[in-house]
Amino acid sequence: MLELRNVTRKVSGETYVDDISLTLQRGELNILLGPNLAGKTSLMRLMAGLDKPDSGSIDFDGTSVIGVPVQRRKIAMVYQQFINYPTLTVYDNIASPMTVIGRSKADIKRRVNEVAELLDLKDFLGRTPDTLSGGQQQRVALARALAKDADLVLLDEPLANLDFKLREELRAELPELFAEMGSVFVYATSEPTEALILGGNTACLHEGRLVQFGATLDSYRQPAVLQTAKIFSDPPLNTIDLQCINGKFHLADSGQVLPLSAASNPDGNYTLGIRPHHLTMRAQQSSDIELSGKVSVTELSGSESYVHFDFFDEDWVALLHGINDLAGQQPVNFFVQQQHALLFDAQNRFVSSIAGAGR
Amino acid sequence: MKIHNNKAWLLVLPVLILVAISAIIPLMTVVNYSVQDSFGNNEFFWVGTEWFQEVLNSERFHNALQRTLLFSALVLAIEIPLGIVIALAMPRRGIGVTICLVLMALPLLIPWNVVGTIWQVFGRVDIGLLGYGLANLGVDYNYTQDTLDAWITLLVMDVWHWTSLVVLLCYSGLVAIPEVYYQAARIDGASRWAIFRYIQLPKMKRVLLIAVLLRFMDSFMIYTEPFVITGGGPGNATTFLSIDLVQMAVGQFDLGPAAAMSIVYFLIILALCWVFYTVMTSYEKQAGTGAGGGRYE
Amino acid sequence: MASIELQGVAHRYAASDPKYAVNWLDQHWQDGGAYALLGPSGCGKTTLLNIISGLLKPTEGKVVFDGIDMTGLRTEQRNIAQVFQFPVVYDTLSVAENLAFPLRNRGFAREEIESRVQEVLALLGMQSRAGQRASSLNADDKQKISLGRGLVRSDVNAILFDEPLTVIDPHLKWQLRTELKKIHQRFGHTMIYVTHDQTEALTFADQVIVMYDGSVVQIGTPQELFDRPQHTFVGQFIGSPGMNVLACEIDGADAVVAGNRIGLQRQISAAGVGLELGIRPEHIELSASEGIAVQIVAVEDVGKHLVVRTQLAEQQIAVIVQEGTPIPEHAFLKIDPAKLNLYQDSFLVDAGS
Repeated sequence: MLELRNVTRKVSGETYVDDISLTLQRGELNILLGPNLAGKTSLMRLMAGLDKPDSGSIDFDGTSVIGVPVQRRKIAMVYQQFINYPTLTVYDNIASPMTVIGRSKADIKRRVNEVAELLDLKDFLGRTPDTLSGGQQQRVALARALAKDADLVLLDEPLANLDFKLREELRAELPELFAEMGSVFVYATSEPTEALILGGNTACLHEGRLVQFGATLDSYRQPAVLQTAKIFSDPPLNTIDLQCINGKFHLADSGQVLPLSAASNPDGNYTLGIRPHHLTMRAQQSSDIELSGKVSVTELSGSESYVHFDFFDEDWVALLHGINDLAGQQPVNFFVQQQHALLFDAQNRFVSSIAGAGR
Repeated sequence: MKIHNNKAWLLVLPVLILVAISAIIPLMTVVNYSVQDSFGNNEFFWVGTEWFQEVLNSERFHNALQRTLLFSALVLAIEIPLGIVIALAMPRRGIGVTICLVLMALPLLIPWNVVGTIWQVFGRVDIGLLGYGLANLGVDYNYTQDTLDAWITLLVMDVWHWTSLVVLLCYSGLVAIPEVYYQAARIDGASRWAIFRYIQLPKMKRVLLIAVLLRFMDSFMIYTEPFVITGGGPGNATTFLSIDLVQMAVGQFDLGPAAAMSIVYFLIILALCWVFYTVMTSYEKQAGTGAGGGRYE
Repeated sequence: MASIELQGVAHRYAASDPKYAVNWLDQHWQDGGAYALLGPSGCGKTTLLNIISGLLKPTEGKVVFDGIDMTGLRTEQRNIAQVFQFPVVYDTLSVAENLAFPLRNRGFAREEIESRVQEVLALLGMQSRAGQRASSLNADDKQKISLGRGLVRSDVNAILFDEPLTVIDPHLKWQLRTELKKIHQRFGHTMIYVTHDQTEALTFADQVIVMYDGSVVQIGTPQELFDRPQHTFVGQFIGSPGMNVLACEIDGADAVVAGNRIGLQRQISAAGVGLELGIRPEHIELSASEGIAVQIVAVEDVGKHLVVRTQLAEQQIAVIVQEGTPIPEHAFLKIDPAKLNLYQDSFLVDAGS
């Protein structure tokens, strides 16, 4: 069990990791999700002991690991770049961490074969990494990390440099692999889709702070804060700032009244968030909220349409099924079900799904 | 920052002891000499800053310093641009690379005193290939009598000996530039000069800093070669600080002034290196103030 | 702006190399079109792009812009803009100077440079940082500058993009891609976009060129590629998850998959061996009662929808199910016959509607 308590790290005045507390269990996959510069790598370096926190504690199975040199801890790390020993065969690459700690030959052989089987590398054991494709090379790096029987396995965007299709394949394989081992897994990614496919738990990071931690799907479906909803949305979350005055929602900028009723919400500032795939061209229920805008550009992907439209001067996007080639500048109406309209208060906390009043 | 592992100190200890014995202790001895006078018999008495005042006010020191500064300036002015030009002209791939690198490394493999002897013989009017050849061509060349000839000989020798170092450093900087930068420059329609000015020179900055510092320190402390070739002459024309210092300390056995001069000499080198370093890295610090420049992700 | 023609273009990196990175291509790309070259790494798409921009000289064939042979001309003479996968910025220059660089090199007038640079700065949302030194930017912003340098010249024959958004943050990726699409609609440059990411290719381009192993497998609109892949490779490469490919036999108007009959509702002429059915996960419905009985192996929740992995005998079939749909315990598949494609030896022999 890896336990971080109030961990902060600053580098020359800039806060990279801001007061993060996090408990990660063995045998579970924990995803660090957030855009570039959210602090994912900085947090991983702290977990690995490559950096020291300015304050806070980091315990593994109840003992502090701060100050313990990386070499003395059982840690494996996989990076975005495929890092293998170029002159060693795949077998020796996978065996290398075990050779270092002096495991018996037979032991090593058994373990390498086990891991190679798992990662589909059996046929390449005698080859050197440079004769393999990128996907295979990254699998060798993964195999080396897994073979080690580490307490803590850190994976820093391991699939980012791979082809889209290869990424799809490995994403599907990884959760099974992780389930078979008793380590604490930490997996950093900036892609929400990747987090959703991998499952497990997700820690959403935003500007060095932990905004939400929980089961991946729960965090996706019930964002506690606006940042979680934003981090988890691909395409990006549609948002608009609102002001609630006497039970009516106004646009924060222009004061225009929006066709939404505030239900029981107190007056104040709010942000409305709607995921692109929750917008539809036709109402599904009579209680659906109708939103009118003007099309700016439409992207078609063969099976889906991304309609970008202007909604009260905000750039919004609707993800529609099938081909809807809407020309630019034309007015367009979208509908969203009440439970899919997410309302956040001035502190960016989730308040409720909105109650709509039609027009 | 707290020390994570005390074993590290143990491993560094031998080096620290070595540095102490080889550098710090002799330096302290020199400091000791520089503030005392002796009439032999190991009797010393305190003279304060007297030797320093004497050295700093002496015309002999000023002249030697000027000569040394001029020599270093000329060395840098010739070797740095020449080194860059040669590095730019060197091939980037194929067998030519190996040939060029071996040729470049040759002068660097020759010991200083041998270099001096080679050029001393090479330039002699009676038997040297260069001196004899020039004399036969009607050029009035004699480095033992003519000041200009002596300087030219020393400069040509230093350029011949050390430009390779600059070339090798620059070349290592150049080959580290990813191909995509050149491709982008071609797309952007950049001229040869623009490519040099905006891609190659900025990317060579770090190695150039090293080259400038190394060549400055070396040329500023040059001793063996002029000692062998000209012996500081004709007259005092090539008496650089180092030669002057040795003459004072060993020739005249003026340990006090010589020690004071050593320290002044040492401080000048330190100060000039600091100036070079600050000037050449100031731009990087300026650039580094932007947001998130060096973050991990 | 110009049309681009490739006449018998082939390239190998060494004469001793038995394999060509690009295999005798004949292409005609229209002036003002948005094209994407899509394929896995090593398929030759970047090689082809570099041949067009002149960074590589093809071993064989000709590159023709607007009827003029460009094969012998250097990159600088082709008047092309290209954006690379990794950011290239001129470290010592400011953001604005970086954008002005391609214009200055070509001797544009000061006022024109100023106005073009301002326009691109606004496009990138970087007006406030115009004076900042490029070396101090983070990777995302550096790539924005690289993109900007590609867009700053209005007179180029074509703008080429070599996986320009690979290193960019997912959210910014969306924004920039949409921006590129808008720029294309507004200025009508000929644009060629190389990527391995199908979403990028399909959403950006009017015509997508799918490449595999140095050859073009199919050219078509995103919808054509989605509905009628000419080769099972295209079907599987495009779509997430890709098209299901099921070994089958043909019996009259029925396809038989592992003993299950699927009415094709059309007469099929193909016969013999090596027949396969292609059906998109989007075109299969999961039912609790009717259709072909399958076993559910796994359910993946990707947020906007679910991917249900099922098994029919030895064959895997993926089905896309909308968010919130209940998953039946005993599942059946309802397949839309109109969307079924038939393949023989991996090539399309009978397309659905």
